[in-house]
Amino acid sequence: MSVDAAGDTPLLWVIREELQLTGTKFGCGAGLCGACTVHLNGEAVRSCQTSVKDAVGKKITTIEGLSAKGDHPLQKAWIAEQVPQCGYCQSGQIMQAASLLAKNNNPTKEEIVAHMDGNLCRCMTYSRIQKAITRAASDMRTASNTVSDRRAT
Amino acid sequence: MNTHIKVPQQAGEARVDLSRRSFLVAAGAAGVAFGYAGLPGLLGGDVAQAAAPANFEPSVWYAIGHDGLVTVTVGKADMGQHIASTMAQLVAEELGASWKDMRVALASNDPKFNDPVLGAQVTGGSWSTMMNFDAMSRAGAAGRMALVEAAAGILGVPASELTVRESVVSHAKSKRSISFADLIKSGKVTKTFSADELKAIKLKTPDQYTLVGVSVPQLDIPSKTNGTAKYGIDTFLPGMVYGKLVLPPIRYGATVKSVDDSEAKKVPGFIKAVVIDDKTATTSGWVVAVAANYPAAKKAAAALKVTWDKGPYASVSSQTLIDEAKKLQASDTSGQFFVKDGDTAAAFGTAAKVLEAEYTTNINIHCPMEPMNATAQLQGDIWHLYSGNQFATRTGAIAAGAAGVDPKYVVMHQMWLGGGFGRRLDADMMVPAVQAAKAVGKPVKVIYSREDDMTMDFSRPLTYQKIKAGLDGDGKLVSMNHDVVAAWPTERWGIPAFLSPSVDKKGVLDAFTVNGSDFFYTVPNHNVRAILNELAHKATPSGQLRSVAPGWTFWAVESMVDELAHAAGKDPAEFRIAMLDGKGDNNGGAQRLRNTLLAAMGLAGYGTKQLPKGEGMGVACVSSQERKTASWTACVAHVAVAPSGEVKVKKLVVATDVGTAVHPDNIRAQVSGAALWGLSLAMYEKATLKNGGIEQTNFDSYTPLRMSQTPDVEVNIIANGEPATGVGEPAVTVVAPALANAIFNASGARVRSLPITAEAVKAAMKA
Repeated sequence: MSVDAAGDTPLLWVIREELQLTGTKFGCGAGLCGACTVHLNGEAVRSCQTSVKDAVGKKITTIEGLSAKGDHPLQKAWIAEQVPQCGYCQSGQIMQAASLLAKNNNPTKEEIVAHMDGNLCRCMTYSRIQKAITRAASDMRTASNTVSDRRAT
Repeated sequence: MNTHIKVPQQAGEARVDLSRRSFLVAAGAAGVAFGYAGLPGLLGGDVAQAAAPANFEPSVWYAIGHDGLVTVTVGKADMGQHIASTMAQLVAEELGASWKDMRVALASNDPKFNDPVLGAQVTGGSWSTMMNFDAMSRAGAAGRMALVEAAAGILGVPASELTVRESVVSHAKSKRSISFADLIKSGKVTKTFSADELKAIKLKTPDQYTLVGVSVPQLDIPSKTNGTAKYGIDTFLPGMVYGKLVLPPIRYGATVKSVDDSEAKKVPGFIKAVVIDDKTATTSGWVVAVAANYPAAKKAAAALKVTWDKGPYASVSSQTLIDEAKKLQASDTSGQFFVKDGDTAAAFGTAAKVLEAEYTTNINIHCPMEPMNATAQLQGDIWHLYSGNQFATRTGAIAAGAAGVDPKYVVMHQMWLGGGFGRRLDADMMVPAVQAAKAVGKPVKVIYSREDDMTMDFSRPLTYQKIKAGLDGDGKLVSMNHDVVAAWPTERWGIPAFLSPSVDKKGVLDAFTVNGSDFFYTVPNHNVRAILNELAHKATPSGQLRSVAPGWTFWAVESMVDELAHAAGKDPAEFRIAMLDGKGDNNGGAQRLRNTLLAAMGLAGYGTKQLPKGEGMGVACVSSQERKTASWTACVAHVAVAPSGEVKVKKLVVATDVGTAVHPDNIRAQVSGAALWGLSLAMYEKATLKNGGIEQTNFDSYTPLRMSQTPDVEVNIIANGEPATGVGEPAVTVVAPALANAIFNASGARVRSLPITAEAVKAAMKA
């Protein structure tokens, strides 16, 4: 995908208003709330603090691209735990959590809190977010075990 | 209330009186399009119905399609309380529809979608479930009866032998059945109901419920996990441009003196600087920088050189507001009586012990995660406004005022709300969007920066309360004077129906500044004065923040009751229980509150064991929101207080009597969120006014609770078969006093100002 925008334009506005991928949200414009979190080459970044020139040629993943059918283990866990209230921060929460589970599929509660503490939820769904991350991690471990079991046979 | 235009009749459509709010029935091949279907550019529920003329629409609230899908059009704003899903659940219960067939659409501001009790489209007060339970149930039941009648005809059996479950009408004797989808396709569902017939429908009894009381999956949640849920800020219209606000450094009262756009003109994409002329007085001194895209609008806004006359409130600070409040409270002639029972002066004269204390709360900012925004488009004579809003009736009128048209020419397109908490009851965002669109002749999406959103919030007002209370020789509370000084959040709306006469009929007052102070304790001599802080009212126009008045009145009452208990040498929980004796007007409510408090005490293990040094439990119990619409909520807070004054919240145990639990999991979510809001307001959120402006501009200086600060919250639901009450707000109000009372029990430090800081706790320990 290519866009024509001034190099200093925050990636957030290119994603939202040019590409109209509105799952990524504007919350604070200052890297303080995490609503705009996307992955840049697999790392969670605040797209409001990332200029479009710094994203040139890099792989950008938004909530719309996290999974083909909205069935990433985190998305399934978010539904199973009925996490969202207003839902506005949840794309950012899920993208932030996905970058944790990509590296650590068995995080402790402390690791989850440390990784997620920059993401505000004004509805304060924090305990459900924690539960959903733990559930998704468990599902991911089960899935990978199943795959390796199958390989073993 | 606005009246709406007649929609031009279209071919194949029957004319419908848009003002009609009674039960409508439409069926058959001709079909009927209701509401705005004749207007161009309309999205949403009405059009979906209009597009499929043979759908069955047993009421304005829902339609059943040929596919058997039931689409409920929801007139309540959904800000995360899942009220859309709840409305669908109530319809589905009586209709007999399968949950998997239920869908929701968000209503426009057509008055036919007005709340059946409130008579307007307004969402707040934790009112929605209690006030719509009956109407949605009757709508569902009427649909079921119509479907059953049609099925009886088709199957040739008596209607009385038919049962309805999971979107299927069945005849057990002949083992035959017919689905809702097939019934609709038959075109034979034609039964109509008059208002009286509707009223006469016998609804299910709780033992017959199959969906009410079940935590069905919320219909809006999947779209909120994959980025597809559309909020106001996600609106795109052809040819749309963007607006960024340029705001005075004063919250209210400034006027624009000059605008120099010479630098802004150098920004590629800049279109125009629009000075807002706000006849509705919702805003003051605002300018909108309009540009082809939002980053350009932001750059242009920064490049505009605007000078202001700062107006009359440029030197006002939080301290000024407190000083003014104290001055007002000290005068016997201030304010209006909200409660006047017995003779408090005489009772103080004979009291054995009299306590006086001041309780304050600072300014608080809503800051929902979705900053305020609105997209305005003029098509022909019709203004279309796209924005998530809690008060479509008034907001549409403000938009009309900004446009200089009659409200009937405004269509509000409701979206999911990225948080509301009362902020989106206000209409300010309509004004810049409409006037910018008018000035540039294109649709304009105005997006507030977080700084704009915080500094121009219709905030929870700074409040000052003084309580004087007298105990008799037995340590019984016999007299209380309670003065509440604040800006009046609801008076500002200018809607007389939202104001209340004072009890002595000497004037009107804003009950949304004193609700909660008319508690269910039996206190024979009791005065409450509602005192308007006019300066605060003008300098910091206030709004309704989640729970409104009970968020500060119970802070004062439940703290003072605790102080009184200690002064009387009694256990604070037992002291409360003794006053919840259900005498007179308190009968019923007092006993429910007592039981809820007892439940919370039991669940928390209150008083059952010696806590370690520096730890304590505190209780509070509240009848939020209003006395007539109360839920019964109690909290036991468990804290540890360090010698430094640092408070660690170990656990909050909340019990709440909601009468009927429609969706237990949602109640837990709402009550938990509300309790955490209570904690956040009690310990982490503080805004201040200086030189007429709000000093906090983003989440670095205004700091709502984060995950690392979240304690264990245990929510316990009491459902005793009474009608369903509200759950979104009450638990906000119970936490601050429970915490302060726990801090006292842990450390001996009594804090009387919110938010509670370590410094204040430490200072109070020494005192």
